[in-house]
Amino acid sequence: MDKLTVDKKKFNSRLIVGTGKYKNMQECAKAIKLSGAEIVTVAVRRVNISDKKKPLLMDFIDPKKITYLPNTAGCFNSEEALRTLRLAREIGGWKLVKLEVLGDKKNLFPDMIETLKSTEVLTKEGFKVMVYCNDDPLMAKRLENVGASAIMPLAAPIGSGLGIQNTTNIKIIRIQTKLPLIIDAGLGQASDATIAMELGCDGVLVNTAIAKAKKPFQMALAFKNSVIAGRQSYLAGRIEKSLYGSASSPKKGII
Amino acid sequence: MKKIKKIKIKINSKLLMINDDLSLSNFLKQLKIPLKKVAIELNQEIIDKNKLNKIKLKKNDRIEVVHFIGGG
Repeated sequence: MDKLTVDKKKFNSRLIVGTGKYKNMQECAKAIKLSGAEIVTVAVRRVNISDKKKPLLMDFIDPKKITYLPNTAGCFNSEEALRTLRLAREIGGWKLVKLEVLGDKKNLFPDMIETLKSTEVLTKEGFKVMVYCNDDPLMAKRLENVGASAIMPLAAPIGSGLGIQNTTNIKIIRIQTKLPLIIDAGLGQASDATIAMELGCDGVLVNTAIAKAKKPFQMALAFKNSVIAGRQSYLAGRIEKSLYGSASSPKKGII
Repeated sequence: MKKIKKIKIKINSKLLMINDDLSLSNFLKQLKIPLKKVAIELNQEIIDKNKLNKIKLKKNDRIEVVHFIGGG
């Protein structure tokens, strides 16, 4: 069986889903179920002290059934990111984490200097770090050298829905790394995920494209199928491209 | 009757007056915080949840209680 392997753990689904931007937790939980995702990203935030009746994510998405991937979304330097993930580990022993250190509030591109620094520290502390990064092969290599558990280049700015902007770099990263390569951020529709998988990526991470679709449940299902289709297509091996036609029917017996 | 002294602390940036003999464990229990689903920082230091009852709160302590919420 063809499975996604991250840090020696195996997952049937190659689709990772973010849990933000949904109308409510019921909608989020149902979309995750339909997507077939077995890993979901979650954010670490303050507990609402004055409103204790507010529902908790863990009441809707069971961390025993779905792997929580704590994320440092919203962190703009190494210090904030390290603090967030150390707290996440304390909540319930999470070691597999997603590191995201942003450098710019408008385009949400990662600050790769801070990201590299944080990856090194976290790895030494025993974390298994899946790293949100630029689609830059050199930086991807450096992340690998300091012990990253997965390389997660953006397709385009977070939440932009633009799809993969630089397929060449993704292909180069695919060739150079044996680490799980997961496209993170910027996908807009199901076919974008298929393209990522056909490039040889091991998985995709999607949030906004599902949560903000007109029909999130339908889009969750579409992404599930598109990831499977893309993976199958990659494994099957595409035909060579040609400038000229090649008839599908035999010439022999033409009347 | 002996008057219980009150102290000022901050939890998630919110100012509270509490009894000065309170342990961190009892304080969080009073707030009905589900300890299994949160992480706790006291004055920017992460606290081992098994040791909460050994910690007595002091004046001007700053507590942070975090949990997981939906995110990308």
